[in-house]
Amino acid sequence: MEKKNTIESSELVDINSIQAINRRSVRQRLREYKKSPLSLVLFLFVILAAVVTFAVLLFLIGYILVKGIPNLSLDLFSWNYSTENQSMMPALISTIFMTLLSLIIAVPLGIGAAIYLVEYARRGNKIVGAVRMAAETLSGVPSIVYGLFGMLFFVTTLHWGYSLLAGAFTLAIMILPLVMRTTEEALLAVPDMLREGSFGLGAGKLRTVFKIVLPSAVPGILAGVILAIGRIVGETAALIYTSGTVAAVPKTPMSSARTLAVHMYALTDNGLYMEQAYATAVVLLIVVLVINFLSAVLAKRVAAKSIER
Amino acid sequence: MEKFKIENLDLYYGNFQALKNINLNLEANKITAFIGPSGCGKSTLLKSLNRMNDLVEGCSITGNVLLDGEDIYGDMDVNHLRKRVGMVFQKANPFPMSIYDNIAFGPRTHGVRGKARLNEIVEKSLRDAAIWDEVKDRLKKSALGLSGGQQQRLCIARALAVDPEVILLDEPTSALDPISTSKIEDLLLSLKNNYTIIIVTHNMQQAGRVSDKTAFFLLGEVVEFDDTLKIFNNPSERRTEDYITGRFG
Repeated sequence: MEKKNTIESSELVDINSIQAINRRSVRQRLREYKKSPLSLVLFLFVILAAVVTFAVLLFLIGYILVKGIPNLSLDLFSWNYSTENQSMMPALISTIFMTLLSLIIAVPLGIGAAIYLVEYARRGNKIVGAVRMAAETLSGVPSIVYGLFGMLFFVTTLHWGYSLLAGAFTLAIMILPLVMRTTEEALLAVPDMLREGSFGLGAGKLRTVFKIVLPSAVPGILAGVILAIGRIVGETAALIYTSGTVAAVPKTPMSSARTLAVHMYALTDNGLYMEQAYATAVVLLIVVLVINFLSAVLAKRVAAKSIER
Repeated sequence: MEKFKIENLDLYYGNFQALKNINLNLEANKITAFIGPSGCGKSTLLKSLNRMNDLVEGCSITGNVLLDGEDIYGDMDVNHLRKRVGMVFQKANPFPMSIYDNIAFGPRTHGVRGKARLNEIVEKSLRDAAIWDEVKDRLKKSALGLSGGQQQRLCIARALAVDPEVILLDEPTSALDPISTSKIEDLLLSLKNNYTIIIVTHNMQQAGRVSDKTAFFLLGEVVEFDDTLKIFNNPSERRTEDYITGRFG
């Protein structure tokens, strides 16, 4: 990365010492608003909306932290869960496995489908319209419906039982439309002139898609994957009847496992373990924050790399 | 010697006929300019010469386009055709990668491996495009950091890197300032000994300055095709004269 804007400190001007004619004082602004009260009302409304949104978020995080942090203890991170010690370690590990498995299934499919729709299918193709509509519809289906399907198909019909695998497949179907749609948008945002440039040099379709279009679309695709991770980590309804609620570190993909969100649900369900539930919420919050942070860093690095290399 | 022979070419976008019975012989190692008002079909014809129109849905072409006597719409591999007939677009379109990789993309596409060989190609292409001195210290930096004029010369270098025989330029300087424009014009003049160059331009002075031959297009037809000097000084068609003297267009 180039540092263009390195300004010597001696060149810097103390902005407050100059009288800029293009900046208005508060009094001037108020006088302007007097002329159009509606503008003032709207101005106050958007400020209020921003403040309320931020305050709600802050309150929520603060509430969870205040309630949860005092209940955090090392015991909650011991390897085994028991009725005496509601350790969240198995759930934490299951969450990671569940996320990875679901992504491994859904991401290649979603990206592949999007590449077909954007790069290969002819415009106005009927299949494209149908696939797109199916994806839109699927993304509006409540997650409990996915859970029901997962239970009937993966758990019962395929005899997988309550298992990590059944849960992962169910979640994969759930996030597939999300990954596909975001990838599609990212691919569509790549300017056609890059494709033309590549074709103009005699590069074929495959090379153009994989060397030129996909690298440019990576940040957008990753944004979709981050959203997908958020849905996986926060999902309960689709998992309770597919991967079950066994609170042990899964030994195989066929073991039943509960993720952190399901763990929280189980803890609060009978009202006995509210403190532990709050502590779990803190960890879940941190996990989500860490994932978002890592993904953002990753997206930045990939974007920078696709430019540098 | 003729490089391209275009015979009875008609081109339709859907039901609309954009090119009508084009017959042109484009000579090797010359610069041919296509001029004419917007929408007259000059860019469309240019894009037919390396089959970029294949990407346009609903585009149908009849007639013959021969490159060194070989039908480019026949058995010729499209990717190989585009390697032989390179293209520079109206708007500079560097790939979002380093300057080096922009140039190396084409050769890599056509199977050139080996660092030494690629280094050689990159340097030669950038030198030929008269941009080497400006970028030699920042080959690994993003091409997007270059100025508009530099980007366009980079795109020319990128086209040169696959060792084409013909270079098509579609209004390559329309978005550039006069200094960058004159650099690119000088560049074209220095390249014409080794390449056949076909340039679409809206700028009649540019056609006058750089080209040996000029074709004047109007409403999908070639009105007149002759030596540039003849077209600009003593056109045989009234419509050519009207356009060149600025009476319309």
